Amino acid sequence: MLKPTRNKEVIHYHIMLFPVIVFLVIFSIYPTLGSVMAFKSFDPIKGIWGSPWVGLDNFRSLFEIPDFKRITVNTITISVVKIVLNVSCALAFALLLNETRVRWFKRSVQTVVYLPFFLSWVIMAGIFKDFFSVEGLINGVIGRISGNEPILFFTSKSWFMIIIYLTDVWKGFGFNAIVFLAALTSINPSLYEAAEVDGASRWRKLTHITLPSIRPTIVLILILSLQGILSGGFDQIFNLYNPLVYSVSDIYDTYIYRMGFQNNQYEFATAVGLFRSAVAFIFIFLSQWLAEKYGDYKVF
Amino acid sequence: MLTIKKTKQDYITDTVIYFILVLLAVTTLIPLLNILAVSLSDSAKTTAGLVTVYPLGFNMTTYTTIFKDHAILTAIGVSFKRVVLSLIVDMILVVLAAYPLSRSSKAFPFRGVYMWIVVGTMLFGPSMIPMFFTVKDLHLLGTIWALVLPGAVGQFYIILMINYFRSLPSELDESASIDGASPWRRLLQIYLPLSKPIVATIALFVVVNNWNAYYDGLIYSINTDDYPLQTYIQQLVVNLDMSIRDVEQVKSLLAVSNRSLTAAKLVITMVPILLIYPFMQKYFISGIMIGSVKE
Repeated sequence: MLKPTRNKEVIHYHIMLFPVIVFLVIFSIYPTLGSVMAFKSFDPIKGIWGSPWVGLDNFRSLFEIPDFKRITVNTITISVVKIVLNVSCALAFALLLNETRVRWFKRSVQTVVYLPFFLSWVIMAGIFKDFFSVEGLINGVIGRISGNEPILFFTSKSWFMIIIYLTDVWKGFGFNAIVFLAALTSINPSLYEAAEVDGASRWRKLTHITLPSIRPTIVLILILSLQGILSGGFDQIFNLYNPLVYSVSDIYDTYIYRMGFQNNQYEFATAVGLFRSAVAFIFIFLSQWLAEKYGDYKVF
Repeated sequence: MLTIKKTKQDYITDTVIYFILVLLAVTTLIPLLNILAVSLSDSAKTTAGLVTVYPLGFNMTTYTTIFKDHAILTAIGVSFKRVVLSLIVDMILVVLAAYPLSRSSKAFPFRGVYMWIVVGTMLFGPSMIPMFFTVKDLHLLGTIWALVLPGAVGQFYIILMINYFRSLPSELDESASIDGASPWRRLLQIYLPLSKPIVATIALFVVVNNWNAYYDGLIYSINTDDYPLQTYIQQLVVNLDMSIRDVEQVKSLLAVSNRSLTAAKLVITMVPILLIYPFMQKYFISGIMIGSVKE
């Protein structure tokens, strides 16, 4: 009986979705298909579709160059260290904040530490390049305390990586703690009350109630972090690095940018991008599968 | 509620915890206060490396210089334009897509296909180079639309909105449907007015992301007049060349590049984010929580 009206409604639903689909076809599906240029020798006059095929040549040269091994190692190292540092710092912060009972204090600390999350890496890079520069605050303090020569933070490979990890944690630890804070508030308070009656110390409550209760959340966050293992954080590195530290900080995305837009090796850069996306895709599915299996989590 | 008397040990632990948290908050603020202090300091003092978190030789000349600088004013204009246009385009697309996709598969049999497209394009996006050529072939390079259109569909926002629509009681929709209200009227007059929190959340996401974007400005611009503010700043920051090994060289370079002026430009770029930050705190966190609500 309802059938005719329903059919009419379905047409409206299609009309509502039409603009989004048009946008996705033009700016997402079409350029994704354009990745076929990875299998071509790109001729700017003929365009992506008219250029001649070269099969797997671009990929063959990709696997042959020493850069490939370097960027792969860098990307995965940087991602893994960042994941471990971010999760542990955010967790530690959430646990500390959870121990405080003064509301206004809690609020104020949260307001301050969430802020950097919303500032772009361009701004952050500008700030940190000044902060760690020869005339910056850090070197100023070092100079006044010890009288030593200023440290060139951005040209020393080891210092540069420390800066990368430090600033990444600095920017995100507060905001990353939100999920943990939510998990902490959902712990049943009667567990703590029972422990207190039994005379459990604060430390024992932490190790025997708090941590086991939020363990699933920690596992889930770690699993979901796997998805970004081939990213490494383009915006941060791109805005902070320089040729002297390429050997330790160059990742897939920065390499693709330089190959494509600076060296004009478009098809080669696309091949790197396609390889990266394909492997990233496997990680995304792996992560989703693990999350569903162990994290009791379903995205779609 | 049971209260147990605090021991001396507890007070010590509490003190340590509060101290660490204050320290973390201070650490977060220092680089931000430092750049503000540098922007308000006398050039001679900044080059001596003496400025910490308060200005030395307080003056506002850097800011008056900025407001006479044609290049940065143009960039600010481009940024405002892209934020406003993106807000309009993105919000229309999100709302229009989320409503039909929040229907059940029974009411909308094609839902699955559309969802598959939305999620699929979210997981597997195009890479930089073909994306650049698409924008180029559409003759969008150097126009404001190159900054607005390519990222206009936020698949993640659509999913947030679908989840929100689904959390509303379905009786609303059913009774309106029986009364003969078309899907358009149901969306605009029933669903949207009830969805203010999620609309605000997504709008803030769109504003912040558009304000902070620099990369599209970098690759889709034809000349520097097309740069949005973040791209303009990015060029400035990248040109603070840190690859010089010699300390004397760095010093002479910085004397010319005017550290205070760069600092003031960074501060100006942060201002809009700081202004809407109180609202963001409220809505971003609720947005994240809504997003984690499963069907």
